[in-house]
Amino acid sequence: MARVPETGNSEAIAAAFADGPAYIPYLAVGDPDEESSKAYVEALDRGGADVIELGLPFSEPIAEGSTIQGALVRALDAGMTPDRFFAFAEEVEVEAPLVCMTYYNLIYQYGSGEARSASDASGETASTGPRPFVERAAAAGIQGLVVPDLPAEEADPLREACDEFGLDLVFIVAPTTVDDRLDRIMSQVSGYVYVQARLGTTGARSDVSDQTTESLDRLREYDVPKAVGFGISAGEHAERIVAGGADGIIVGSALVDIVAEGVEDDLSTAEVADRLEALSRELKAGAERGYAARVEAAESR
Amino acid sequence: MSETEPTTSEATSATDGADAATPSRRPGRERGRDDGKFGRYGGQYVPEALMPAIEELTDAYRRYVLGNEDGFMDEFRERLADFGGRPTPLQRADRLSERYDLEVYLKREDLLHGGAHKLNNALGQVLLAKYMGKERIVAETGAGQHGTATAMAAAHLDMPCEIYMGERDINRQRPNVFRMKLNGAEVNPVTAGRGTLKEAISETMRDWATTVENTHYVIGSVVGPHPFPVMVRDFQAVISEEAREQSIEKAGGLPTDVVACAGGGSNTMGAFAGFVDDEAVALHAVEAGGSTLEVDEEAGVAPNSASLYAGDEGVLHGARTKLLQDSDGQIMESHSISSGLDYAGVGPELAYLVDEGRVNPVAVDDDAALEGFHRLSRTEGIIPALETAHAFGFLEEHHEELGERVVVNVSGRGDKDLDAAIEETDKRDIAEAPDMSMFTGGI
Repeated sequence: MARVPETGNSEAIAAAFADGPAYIPYLAVGDPDEESSKAYVEALDRGGADVIELGLPFSEPIAEGSTIQGALVRALDAGMTPDRFFAFAEEVEVEAPLVCMTYYNLIYQYGSGEARSASDASGETASTGPRPFVERAAAAGIQGLVVPDLPAEEADPLREACDEFGLDLVFIVAPTTVDDRLDRIMSQVSGYVYVQARLGTTGARSDVSDQTTESLDRLREYDVPKAVGFGISAGEHAERIVAGGADGIIVGSALVDIVAEGVEDDLSTAEVADRLEALSRELKAGAERGYAARVEAAESR
Repeated sequence: MSETEPTTSEATSATDGADAATPSRRPGRERGRDDGKFGRYGGQYVPEALMPAIEELTDAYRRYVLGNEDGFMDEFRERLADFGGRPTPLQRADRLSERYDLEVYLKREDLLHGGAHKLNNALGQVLLAKYMGKERIVAETGAGQHGTATAMAAAHLDMPCEIYMGERDINRQRPNVFRMKLNGAEVNPVTAGRGTLKEAISETMRDWATTVENTHYVIGSVVGPHPFPVMVRDFQAVISEEAREQSIEKAGGLPTDVVACAGGGSNTMGAFAGFVDDEAVALHAVEAGGSTLEVDEEAGVAPNSASLYAGDEGVLHGARTKLLQDSDGQIMESHSISSGLDYAGVGPELAYLVDEGRVNPVAVDDDAALEGFHRLSRTEGIIPALETAHAFGFLEEHHEELGERVVVNVSGRGDKDLDAAIEETDKRDIAEAPDMSMFTGGI
């Protein structure tokens, strides 16, 4: 019998899954610049986002495909840093709870500058660990973290800090995740589990993999919301995935593509924001149709 | 290391050479095998999609490499001998010995097939992939040395092979690109970021995340998630296992000092592993000091690759180790005259051994390395790789601090570096260098 995870730390994230499917869009913060990025994130919120994942750019994003990698490079080149990211989270006007997606080194290093100069004086090794980052994230109103290069085995210090400051720690489950690892991940996860729809890195695809259905089946016994990501780009994918049992959908690359097109074609911020809002509405509507179909199927059974 | 652990060198050096060469208890030699942790360093910081492959590899490492299941290690050693040309000699360097008034010995890894120590690891991993039933090999390469070694091993063992290489490195290392292609490997240019080694590693990890079920990633150094650092060390340890025995037989005892250059650290750990438990043997890891050890935080550039000497703890490419990073934790662009040392991280075991005081980290700058390159070429008739040349820069600058018997690991030969050496020599005034100006016009 699998361990049933306790309710997540964040009430806002729990509420996002409470009635109906959650639409969870992702954008890299600061792509292509802070002001536009703010307008884009606000457009996602208007488009019906239930949770918004904000990418904090890292220089070596090993889990990302070329689309999101490109966005992270644009954001870094425009000067995005962890401190600016937190300021952004404080300033952006959205109703959806915010989740920060980033890599472990940025979390681990946060505040190390001051710690290092203090330790130089004391002669001890500077070791900040994840706590200062989580404390700052909580102060900025961030409700959860996703850290793609941090497996459950290495996550204890971050998990403890998240529990202390009331953040959810979201983990990714892959099609290759074996059952004993699933238990280990499920003992660390809170908020929702990120179900990786297929193998590989992020990136928009036109098909929905069989691996998704299999993964959802394996997760059925765990009482934690299941949000499916990797490759969702249209309303009908969202519909099919939610009809297949997902509690939420995570969409990144399809939205980042719109931002990238805006850069390439030199579109106005308003034009790009409109497109992001429109795709968001389509995805959200698709998810809701899928949910209605699932409820109907359950009732007729 | 605690003081209560027996110092095997003292216990055995009084007996005959054969016993000293195969001591019974070598805790340092086995460090990290169980859990991939070296004190606070190491670990497995990888995307979830890769974890099952990492666990499968850990299991295969235990069975085949540590347990010699199906005679894996026997076949590995046989192929290293027949295909690779092992053992490589330990040669006394007469002129250098005279110059420094020391006994200087050279461990000639430049004579291994392919011209560098890289084959030890590449052959081990490609063979392991075969034992695991994998059908395809991917690898990253910076200077092209690991890529060429992997391409050779893959051709030798009849495995399809794809190499990821930064676009800038492809332009800097064309002969190695040809060599890989001649051995039947596909070379995929990586255009992301600045197009060098760290981008190539990230891109290879992405390929592996997609193809993990039938593909093995042959990582090129003692870096990355467990079990790569211990496994690559164990494959490269043949360098110091031989050198230890050869030093006892040929030079009449253990060396007082072992010197190796350090980028990611595979030749370093290979040269040190067999001596880590011999506490009387000093171990010197020579890093690329580049043009300066100062960093440019604003531009995110460290004009060196001295992560042991100047780096801070962090997490990169699957492991916690010492890194060149800015105060936010963004990884810096490193630099060295030798592209093989040009990496912002270093193996986690080396980071640990440095913190423990077992390994002495030293930085040697571009100028001293280039002088070392010319000195060894002219005085000993050996043209070393620019990576290796850093170890000879160290010898020149620090010989007065060393004991009487020094082993330097000649990790690779310099044929691949001739263009760079000519160009860099022409920019400087080096006493022992020939006039290269006639070549720099482009012939």
